[in-house]
Formats: sequence, structure tokens, C-alpha cells
Amino acid sequence: MPPLPAWGAPESEPLLAVEDLHVEFVTRQGTVKAVNGVGYALHPGETLAVLGESGSGKSVTAQAIMGILDTPPARVPKGRIRFRGTDLLGLSEDARSQVRGSRIAMIFQDALSALNPVFTVGSQIAEMFRVHRGMSRRDAERRAVELMDRVRIPGARQRLHDYPHQFSGGMRQRIMIAMAIALDPEVLIADEPTTALDVTVQAQIMELLAELKRESDMGLILITHDLGVVADVADKIVVMYGGRVVENAPVHDLYRAPAHPYTRGLLDSIPRIDRKGRELHAIAGMPPNLLDMPPGCAFAPRCPYRQDDCVTAAPPLHRIGSTRGSACHYWREVLDGSHG
Amino acid sequence: MTARPHQVPLRRGPPAIRETPAELYERLVLGRYIIRRLLQAIPVLLGATLLIYAVVFALPGDPIASMYGEKRMDPDIIRIVREQYHLNDPFIVQYWHYISGVFQGDLGTTFAKVPVSEIIAGKFQVTLNLGLTALLMEAVIGVGLGFYAALRRGRAQDTMVLAATLLLISIPTLVTGFVLQLLLGVRLRQGTGIEIFPISGVSDGWRSYLLPAFVLAGTSIAYLTRLTRTSLAETLRADYIRTAVAKGMPRRRVVGRHALRNALIPLVTYLGADLGTLMGGAVITETIFNLPGIGQELFRSVYERQQPVVVGIVTLLVLVYILANLIVDLLYAVLDPRIRYE
Ligand SMILES: Nc1ncnc2c1ncn2[C@@H]1O[C@H](COP(=O)(O)OP(=O)(O)O)[C@@H](O)[C@H]1O
Ligand code: SF4
Ligand SMILES: [Mg+2]
Repeated sequence: MPPLPAWGAPESEPLLAVEDLHVEFVTRQGTVKAVNGVGYALHPGETLAVLGESGSGKSVTAQAIMGILDTPPARVPKGRIRFRGTDLLGLSEDARSQVRGSRIAMIFQDALSALNPVFTVGSQIAEMFRVHRGMSRRDAERRAVELMDRVRIPGARQRLHDYPHQFSGGMRQRIMIAMAIALDPEVLIADEPTTALDVTVQAQIMELLAELKRESDMGLILITHDLGVVADVADKIVVMYGGRVVENAPVHDLYRAPAHPYTRGLLDSIPRIDRKGRELHAIAGMPPNLLDMPPGCAFAPRCPYRQDDCVTAAPPLHRIGSTRGSACHYWREVLDGSHG
Repeated sequence: MTARPHQVPLRRGPPAIRETPAELYERLVLGRYIIRRLLQAIPVLLGATLLIYAVVFALPGDPIASMYGEKRMDPDIIRIVREQYHLNDPFIVQYWHYISGVFQGDLGTTFAKVPVSEIIAGKFQVTLNLGLTALLMEAVIGVGLGFYAALRRGRAQDTMVLAATLLLISIPTLVTGFVLQLLLGVRLRQGTGIEIFPISGVSDGWRSYLLPAFVLAGTSIAYLTRLTRTSLAETLRADYIRTAVAKGMPRRRVVGRHALRNALIPLVTYLGADLGTLMGGAVITETIFNLPGIGQELFRSVYERQQPVVVGIVTLLVLVYILANLIVDLLYAVLDPRIRYE
């Protein structure tokens, strides 16, 4: 695999670093500010969970990393996406497509619509080898069968020539995963890979992802709006709200004591064994209007900790110790409240 | 548990046994599908011909009388002729005589004892040539222009294509027909001395069909262009297109392979249904360009109450329509695997 030109990147450099990323969509209603200064970093072998309610900009950030945003209407006015030290946003389209699919790969939420209905799953997997590696059809198909075996699709050889609609939801997602890991990517982005599936199947897919990760040094970005899913698999969590990162922390720290009122609300909303029978507590209020973002804290209208200055000054991402951050003026109170 | 990719033995026989069980199964399913569709066509043919037969049967006037014009006729002769043509039988019996003939490849004879097939054959060929040429033009120009516009959405070229289709849709076929005849046929010949587009008759072989076919296909080309543009644009927004891009596929492949197959599916349906429309429209176009097709014959037969000819022509048209639909269904099954397993 040809390495990207690295500008003397030190060993400690993260595999992938999103820095102050802004993405907006120019629409008839106005400019939708979907991502407003997002930053997160992923190291080799690490699993980073990106959490946040629907519309918080998780997918748009991922699409910016992949370089699959529709431009227009999307544009990236600001920010950097550094992959092994090189800013992907500064690369030519040609150089970018060298990375896309082979070094950074992605799987999507709904495998039924994400797979092409008119081609066999075998050809869709084999295509990775044929296009990126110039393999012959026969070799590529043999590799496809190996991959289907590896993601635990029973009777892989026989199912090579089946079409996506002939598989169950879980099996389809396995096909997606097979396609994504075909070329041993360094980063895998999984955008809500289990949301469309049954609970039991969800667990199997998560187990598969964890297993594939254990076998390689691949970094995994796991996007989800379900806190329950991430506890076992993630190392770090990034919580997004209104196109910003509102909290980041190692997973266990965040679970033990959230430092942002929004994270707190999320944690309160997951059903747990010890809270069985209790009402699911959803965060009251509406997500922010991305067409017209308020000048202060985006979470203010829904925040139980809100003070007067929250609506005038947007909180920066305060550092908490060496590993955490919270974009809340009153993170101390939140953190203390969590301990109490 | 660790999953290690293990070698799966692949069949390494001669290329002749490349078909996998799955492929064989698929072929069998497709074969059954074709047979089922053919069987389904039979009731359609029966229904359509019965309807036409009933309509023609109900036409006012006595065919025998009109055959002999103003002459007074011997009642005995009338009786004999009526008997010979089963005209005294109940309607459904007459129809039965007719349709059993059709299934044996016999379209009957006129009251003057000329086989209907003989009257129709050459003329039907002209109309079919015209219709198929128009369909081919429609497919090539419509799909081509539609793709061109869809890949340049919102740009000047796209707007120009859209404006052109609007113009084509809003001008009646009769007008485009006469105008093109005048401009391309008459004026061009006066200017250059060569007749590039023959404007009348069929004496110039396939070139005779070019101008009439274009006129006939005009409106359809416009509609197909728009449909293609919409279909491709919509397909390009599909999730699986985003997947193809995320897989690092070059744009050529994303459009030419991943989008193309899917975008074609609705177009095939439209094209198939349109052959019927084109055959109908051919009747008018034939008049403008003086082509000796089935249209002229149909007019004459209705006027002269030549029931067998009218029914014969319509039966043939229905057959073409059924055949076109069958081809559409098959193409559909080839393009879209989801159909095959219904
Ligand atoms: N193509 C688009 N055009 C306009 N707005 C978009 C587009 N794609 C996404 N957005 C907006 O960006 C915001 C963030 O979307 P997304 O990243 O998909 O959220 P999520 O966190 O649920 O993945 C949403 O409010 C959505 O309306
Ligand atoms: S800054 Fe204010 S409004 Fe925003 S989360 Fe913190 S306390 Fe709530
Ligand atoms: Mg999303």
C-alpha cells in the first residue's frame, strides 16, 4: 500500500484527526450549518464512539471524512481532516479516491438500500479487488468468498451469486462489512450499523465488529444514537449536539460521571436493568434550528443547568484533566451533581 | 474465537462448467417466468380481439349490401353469402370461427375472397418499420439526451435540453411533420440538389423512414428525455450510489455501472408501452408522408365495412402490443433481479 506523503508525522500523531470542521448546506431555506467546529481524534486500534441525537451532525462529519458529501449543496468552509498527518481536504480528487474505500472505509445504517439491488453480493464485494487491485474476476471472487466466510455468512461459496434482497437484514449488514474491510482499511467508520436491525442481530453485528477489530490494528469510528450499544466496545466517546462536540471522554469516565447536561440527559434516558419499570426519560425540547443557530449555548433552551450567561456566550470545550472535555460553562456543577 | 480466512476450494474445471448451482437455478426460474408470461398473454389476446370483434360487429350497415353497392340483389345470393360468412350465426359463434382461424395463423378472407393476410402483409410491414424506427430513435435520442442533461443538472446544457423537450411536447405532430417535410425535404433539396431526407413514399428503402419516424417519435423523445433525466438524477441520489462512491469507485463506474442499470428499469417500461402509442400514431404520420402503411388500409376498410380486414389489423396491433409487453417484462426481469423471484 503506497503511504500518503507524511510531513514528518511523529509516532504519537493520531491516525485520524478532525480539527475545527465546519460543514454547511446551501438550501432554498437558507444555509444549514450542520457541523460547526467538530474535532475528534482516533488512534490505531482504538474504537471511538460518536454519540448524539438524530440531526446532530454525526453522519455529515463522517461523510466529510470519506469525502462523499454532495458538493453542492454541501461545502466545507473551514477545518482540517488529517489522516496520518496529511490534510485530506487539501488533496486532489484523484489522491482522495486512493484513500477512499481502501484506507478509510465506511458502512451504513441501512444495508438494504446501501447495497445495489441489481448486482450480486459477490460482484459487489469482488469489485473492491477488481477496481482497487486490478485482480482478475476469478481471483477477486475467491477473495470475496474468503471475506464472506470471515464475516460469518453461512455457505459463502453458494451465496456469492445471490442478490441483496435474498439475504436477511443481519446478513446484508455482514456483506456491507465484508465490502468495507476488503482492503484492510486503517480506519473503519460504521454509521449506525445496527439501528435497522433486531436487538439480537444488533448484538451479533457488534460482536463481529469487535472481533474484526481485535484481529487488526484498524481504528473504528462507531456512530450511534444509542448509548447502550457503545459501553462494551468503545474506548472513547464523543458526544455531539447541534453540529458541535459537547463532551469527549474515555468511555468509563463518561458513564460514571458525565460533565455535560446533554450527556447526562442521554444517560438518564437509557433503560437499565436496575431501573426496570421506570419511564424512559427522553430529553424534553427540540433540537436546535441549524438554519439559525443561537449565539450562546445551543443546548440552552433544553438545559436544566442554564444560567443567564449561557444564552449570550457560547461555551468553548473546557479541558477536564488530560483526557476529557466539556462544552459547558458549568461543567463542574454537572460533574459534581453526577457524583452525588 | 478468531475467524481466519480459510481457503475455499473453487471449481477449476474447464470453462464449460462455469455455471454454479445458483446460476442454474436462476436460469430455470427465468425460464419458468417466461412461460408463465406467455400463458398470461393468451387471455389478453382473447379479450382484446373479442372486444374489437364486438365493436366491428355492431357497426351499422350491412357489409354484403355495401359490397354490391346500389345494385339490387337476388335474396338467394344474399342468403348464400351470409351463410358462407357465418353472418346468420350468433355473434359469439362468429367470433369462435374467427379466433380459431387466428390461432391457426389464418386471419380470414374479405367478402371478395381475398385473404386478409395478403392485403395486410406488406402494409403492416411498412407500419412496423415506421414504428420500430421511431422506437429506436426514441430510445437512442431520449436516453442519450436524458443522461446528458442529468449529468449536467442545473447547468446551461440541462436547461437547454429541458426547453427543447418542452417545445417538442407543445407542438402538435402534424405541425412538426409538415414543417420538417418542408424544411428538410423540400428546401434542403432545392439548396443542395440532394434529397437527404425523402419526404414521401417508401421508394428509398430505410432512408424513407427517417423523417417520418422522427416526426412520429418527436413527442415520445421529449417525454423519454425527461423521464431519463429524472430517473438517472433520482438514482444518483440513492444510498447504493453513495456506497459505490465510498468504496472508491471511479465516477465512470459509478454512473456507467451502478447507476445505469437501475436508471434503465423505468425507461424500459415506458419504451415498451410506447410502441403501442407509436403504432397508433403511425396511422397519422403515414398520411403526412404518404407511406403505404396499415393506417390507410384501416381507414378504407372501416369505410367499406370490410370487417375481417379491420379485425385482422387490430388483432395484429394487439399482438404487437402483447409482444412488446412481453419483451418489456423479460428485459425487466433481466435488469431487476427482484422481479424474477416474485
Ligand atoms: N444533503 C443535505 N442537505 C441539507 N441538509 C442536510 C443534508 N444532509 C444533512 N443535512 C442536515 O445536516 C444535519 C445533520 O445531519 P446528520 O449528520 O445526518 O445527522 P445525524 O447526527 O443524525 O447523523 C441535519 O439537520 C440535516 O438536516
Ligand atoms: S453552557 Fe449553560 S446552557 Fe449550555 S449546557 Fe452548560 S449550563 Fe446548559
Ligand atoms: Mg446519521
